[in-house]
Amino acid sequence: MSHAENSLIQAAALCFSRNEERIFGPLDFHVHAGEALLVRGDNGAGKTTLLRVLAGLLVPESGEVLLNGDAFSHEAFVVLAAYLGHKHGHKAELTVLQNLRFSAQLRGLAEDAGLEQLIAECGLAGYEDTAAGKLSAGQNKRLSLARLKAQGSRLWLMDEPYANLDLAGIAWVNALIQAHVADGGGALISSHGAYAAPEVPVRTLEIFRSAAYA
Amino acid sequence: MNKIILWFNQTGSPARFDVFATRWAKPSFILAFLLLAIGIYGALLSVPADYKQGESFRILYIHVPAAWMSLSIFVIMALQSAIALVWRIKVCELIAMASAPVGAMFTAVTLISGAVWGKPTWGTWWTWDPRLTSELVLLFLYLGVMGLYSAIDDRRAAARAAGFLAIIGMVNVPIVHFAVTWWNTLHQGETIRLIGPSKMDSSMLWPLLTLVVATKLWYIGSVLVRARVLNLQQETQKQWAIERYGDTP
Amino acid sequence: MRKSRALLQRDLSLMWQKRSDAIQPMLFALMVCVMFPLALGSEPVRLAQSAGAVIWVAHLLASLLVLDNLYRSDLEDGSLEQLLLAPVPLPMVIASKVAVHWLTTALPVLLITPLLAQLLFLPEGLLPVLMLSLTLGSLLMSLIGAMVAALTLGIRRSGMILALMALPMYVPVLVFGAGSVYSASQGLPWLGAIWLMCAGLALLLVLAPWAAATALRIALN
Repeated sequence: MSHAENSLIQAAALCFSRNEERIFGPLDFHVHAGEALLVRGDNGAGKTTLLRVLAGLLVPESGEVLLNGDAFSHEAFVVLAAYLGHKHGHKAELTVLQNLRFSAQLRGLAEDAGLEQLIAECGLAGYEDTAAGKLSAGQNKRLSLARLKAQGSRLWLMDEPYANLDLAGIAWVNALIQAHVADGGGALISSHGAYAAPEVPVRTLEIFRSAAYA
Repeated sequence: MNKIILWFNQTGSPARFDVFATRWAKPSFILAFLLLAIGIYGALLSVPADYKQGESFRILYIHVPAAWMSLSIFVIMALQSAIALVWRIKVCELIAMASAPVGAMFTAVTLISGAVWGKPTWGTWWTWDPRLTSELVLLFLYLGVMGLYSAIDDRRAAARAAGFLAIIGMVNVPIVHFAVTWWNTLHQGETIRLIGPSKMDSSMLWPLLTLVVATKLWYIGSVLVRARVLNLQQETQKQWAIERYGDTP
Repeated sequence: MRKSRALLQRDLSLMWQKRSDAIQPMLFALMVCVMFPLALGSEPVRLAQSAGAVIWVAHLLASLLVLDNLYRSDLEDGSLEQLLLAPVPLPMVIASKVAVHWLTTALPVLLITPLLAQLLFLPEGLLPVLMLSLTLGSLLMSLIGAMVAALTLGIRRSGMILALMALPMYVPVLVFGAGSVYSASQGLPWLGAIWLMCAGLALLLVLAPWAAATALRIALN
């Protein structure tokens, strides 16, 4: 791993345990700009936990996470990366537009300008003023991904982005990732199924309970 | 200086702590029992009766050390939790959580001995005296910490959450005491002032000091035993635990 | 400060959607105050003596019951996670939540307090002290509650445990708040207690969001 200074995110000897049970580790991997890392593993292998550790939501037992070669800091992560978790991450009571607008405002981004277009690109045209609670699971996923895209972060940490999507949706997510990576971004994607991988330079990290290799 | 830091660092590891706790728990208890016996003998038999309260004042020898312990254990618990939160030291978490039941017990003893003292002195089992009232709130704080610790599944997260509660609680304790004292002056009426043992003849003092030291040793012994158990419960899968205690759960 | 405005706007929109829920703490406090004459007997003099205290306890209990709502919704749909990862200080997020929470749960109860005072025959002259102490007290309880509720976030069905942990923390607020009303009823100086509550409020306005943020990170860890 000699390009530490170029990698967007790097894990060095990263271990995590809960209640003295090793969930994963030690793991060593990195994600450069312009590539995607696919994290595969069965249910319960620790993929979500790994992503949460990378995001700084959980503190690792040992090892460290490096961002752009520097030690992890919350401020740096917030600027560099966007996180897509299991849950929606937006309010069911608010409309599609309201949710996206809120996310943009929190990041000090210019509002409304590109939002309508983004909504259309994500296949939610016509639903701008629909409360997210009235959308289907797949549509909610599209909204979450729209929010991710709107953030404009270089690194995407995506936990099961293909969940709840039909084949067209999966293809759309792959296209999204492809565009992002081609633009110089990086993506770390976790998935437990044998979904079609995005057509971008992809490496795979397989994790099992208490063992892992890239 | 290096040796002291090294010792602290090493004792902080779960394996070393197990050795430390095993070695020092029993001597602490034995010494505590010894001093308890001496102190209680002195309190009950050798010290002359109080000129005002008669024999019933002797409960003070249990009440006062217990009260001091109930407060100081809370402070220790909060301090250990603070260290554990900042530096994420496992053993400090364990000591803090092991201290909670011991502190709760001392608080209960304080309240009960206070009630026992109250009956002959004031004619009633309970009174809303400021000290008793704040002691009662202290008991609730202890129970809250214990309750929170047991309610969270992840043991380390539980220790950190309960520890944070202990820290908030410690800020609360003097405020509660101040508030209740003010409230007590407000609701004067039938409240009878506690006759404080501030001016104690030196002949009556030695059992008190003996019992104060005895309770401290009792606390140390209790915490070491409890923390050791908590430690082993969490570390059963570790190499050192299997080596020392075998494989059976 | 556009971020804080965005946060407030979001929290207010969410609360506005469920504005009919604001009636619930109101009704609860009313019912608690109805329980007391039923238990104590309807003699006006007797009720008047404990009116201030009963209304205070009603406020306190209502505050305990709604405490769980503070973070629950954001936790369940993943918004809390996103807020933790947003470029906005967590104490600011919490301050906004607590402000809106107070507006929708404590303010309604404050608004019907004069009615409660009438029901329990509170002497006329005591109403201003009661309202003042309750306003300060409810703000204090919301801020203290924010810290304690953050700690129990990871626990399922945390209602009772949350109440048990919050109550000892509420004791000073109750003592000074209800105590000021009692002082006033006895003709004693009551402003001192009010000033103490103001001082506590000034302190907690700064410390509580920060402490709650720390507690939140601990609980979600």
